[in-house]
Amino acid sequence: MDYALIWAILISVAVFAYVALDGFDLGVALLFPWFKQEEDRDVMMNTVAPVWDGNETWLVLGGGGLLAVFPLAYSVLMPALYMPVIAMLLGLIFRGVAFEFRFKTKRAKGIWDLSFITGSLIAAMSQGIMLGAMLQGIQVTDRAYSGGWFDWLTPFSFFCGVAVVIGYMMLGATWLVMKTKGDLQSQSYRAGWYCAILLVACIAFVSLYLPYVDPFIAERWFTYPASVGLWVLPVLLVVITLGLLRSLRKKQEGRPYLWGLGLFLLSFTGFAVSIFPYLVPRSITLWQAAAPDNSLKFLLVGAVVLLPIIFAYTAYTYWVFRGKVDPDSGYHD
Amino acid sequence: MFESFDALFLARFQFAFTIAFHIIFPAFTIGVASYLAVLEGLYLKTRNPVYQQLFRYWVKIFAVAFGMGVVSGIVMSYQFGTNWSVFSDKAGPVIGPLMGYEVLTAFFLEAGFLGVMLFGMNKVGEKLHFFATLMVAVGTAISAFWILSVNSWMQTPAGYAMNDVGQFVVTDWFEVVFNPSFPYRLAHMLLAAYLTVAFVVGAVGAWHLLKDKTNAAARKMFSMAMWMALIVAPLQVLVGDFHGLNTQEHQPAKVAAMEGHFHTEARAPLYLFGLPNEETAEVDYALKVPGLASIILKHDIDAEVTGLDQFPREDWPPVTTVFWAFRIMVGIGLLMVLAGLWSGLQRLRGKLYDNNLLLRFSLFMGPLGFVAVIAGWIVTEVGRQPWVIYGLLRTADAASPIDKAGVAGSLIAFIVVYFLVFGAGTFYILRKMAGNPEQVTIPDYAKHKPTMAAERIYDEEA
Repeated sequence: MDYALIWAILISVAVFAYVALDGFDLGVALLFPWFKQEEDRDVMMNTVAPVWDGNETWLVLGGGGLLAVFPLAYSVLMPALYMPVIAMLLGLIFRGVAFEFRFKTKRAKGIWDLSFITGSLIAAMSQGIMLGAMLQGIQVTDRAYSGGWFDWLTPFSFFCGVAVVIGYMMLGATWLVMKTKGDLQSQSYRAGWYCAILLVACIAFVSLYLPYVDPFIAERWFTYPASVGLWVLPVLLVVITLGLLRSLRKKQEGRPYLWGLGLFLLSFTGFAVSIFPYLVPRSITLWQAAAPDNSLKFLLVGAVVLLPIIFAYTAYTYWVFRGKVDPDSGYHD
Repeated sequence: MFESFDALFLARFQFAFTIAFHIIFPAFTIGVASYLAVLEGLYLKTRNPVYQQLFRYWVKIFAVAFGMGVVSGIVMSYQFGTNWSVFSDKAGPVIGPLMGYEVLTAFFLEAGFLGVMLFGMNKVGEKLHFFATLMVAVGTAISAFWILSVNSWMQTPAGYAMNDVGQFVVTDWFEVVFNPSFPYRLAHMLLAAYLTVAFVVGAVGAWHLLKDKTNAAARKMFSMAMWMALIVAPLQVLVGDFHGLNTQEHQPAKVAAMEGHFHTEARAPLYLFGLPNEETAEVDYALKVPGLASIILKHDIDAEVTGLDQFPREDWPPVTTVFWAFRIMVGIGLLMVLAGLWSGLQRLRGKLYDNNLLLRFSLFMGPLGFVAVIAGWIVTEVGRQPWVIYGLLRTADAASPIDKAGVAGSLIAFIVVYFLVFGAGTFYILRKMAGNPEQVTIPDYAKHKPTMAAERIYDEEA
């Protein structure tokens, strides 16, 4: 069995779970500047407060999993992306503590709102920049990163950062559509609409720009007949975009978030197609990066048994906190 | 300020700084989570409302500390790669899967049920809520299991071989997980977490008793804390002794540094105080008890005790740091035993709550558990130097190819952010602790229909 490939898929699942779940947590925070009412912000935060911690755990699984099964990729990518990784960690600190601190004070509530917003912005931006930096390729010599200190920062990676911020805002808006009602909900419909359009524009730009500048990616997507199967992705992009916009216009409550996830899944697949078989693009393939089979097998046993259990109790928590968040019974007791 | 340091030193400092901050929160939440489970269990069994009051009082404090533990912990899981990439590449196949198991068995469990524990009181039944609390407590302990297994493997590696690209690969997972120092380290750390929290709870109880001796909630928590001190503090001394003997067997250079033994000798003295001088290989201004170290380490006064002279100079750990950190840890441990015995005596005389001197002493002891935990980690981590994997990989050979400016920048950022953010968190926790536990109100859930809202089970600033 090809354990390295199985693990590449499992790590992708973890990273996608992170993006799908913490994406809306971060997105809710990123929408704060457009919702000035304290009561609205209380409700917005309370829609994610019971679940954010579990959502963030997928990021730990992504990082820990990378160390466990692809240690070489982990030990090259982390130094290569040193600054955005550290920035993301610090951003996540400001975001994470705000959930508790915000309700511990009246006087400094504004400070923790700001901490919540900027922490989320830095984290989301950094994640997008890392994505862009990986697409650009990472230089390696003798099992170590050998590129420059600022290689990760280019107009393209910055653009990817902005795109991820917009994408998370779209997820946050569709999440709020599901979890709130009244004015807050109608504003969320509107925010979701604008973010969706902007996001699709960003996806389209990246999809056209990358093959234009990068022959490897151009070949991957435009080789006849090998690439024909991949052309279903742009078709799906059109279908999902129309579905998302239609469900927002028709004021459906649960579906916009699912359509939004569809957009992320498409982009994620596009990313995977563009870098495969590399884990550190153009330098280290997933097979070169893999730990010895016995490490992969040892952790795989645990993953196969435990991931379904984790999915089950995570689903249970979401079920416990299902439905709308009522603005009246909030934090006072 | 960083001119005189090299990139390696800054990377070590950054790791030490971030992990020293981080360990405070897990040490606290491991203990508090178990305390909460006990309180909720006792409430369900006895229906004594004071247990419910105490649960609600401590769960608010727990929530703040847990959040800080989570965010400072994520930093740790990425820092192996950002700053210790050579170590990650080489040791990843061994320690990575253990940390993977930590995420799968502990982090998800804690995080998943934390939401129910904090926000689900009126959404699930009492029994399910208790189950959620138990899962959080169990999760914190499982997390300690895996991460201490990782650390212990780095101290006493076992069950490995090397492959052709210089990576450690596993030959026997059981030997890796249950490596020689692991059982002792795990027991020592878990007891340390329970003791630390016992003294925090005791101090909070004492604070409120000093203001009002009739405060029923304060009396209950003080009494529970002092039982823990009486039973667990002596137990910890015993476990610590076993841990020390294990270290003596596997890392004799570390024990030599702890004891300030530069020379191998029979009837080795126990230095109570002194200034180890690495230049002259003597302990200056020593206050010592001849032969006592031989008795403690070998249980025989005439036994020869290995000194640092048995090791090449470049393999010595920094002696002064280890020597003093060890004395601080042991000193605090002995004070804890004293507090336990004293409270036991007062309890026998039926005056546990009446002695202001004991209450003030308990208040003073409140933060010392954290100091002991950090001092203990300094003993074991600095004592492991110059190795990151004992005897196999030097710390100096394990760092990332990051230049000095980069590490200095991230280090300054961590220092500033940690002091700001965790300073604020500590302030909020202390303010919660200053609140009177007797005035915690219990909403009557029977009157409310379960609503769809996530109700916070804790209140705002008054």
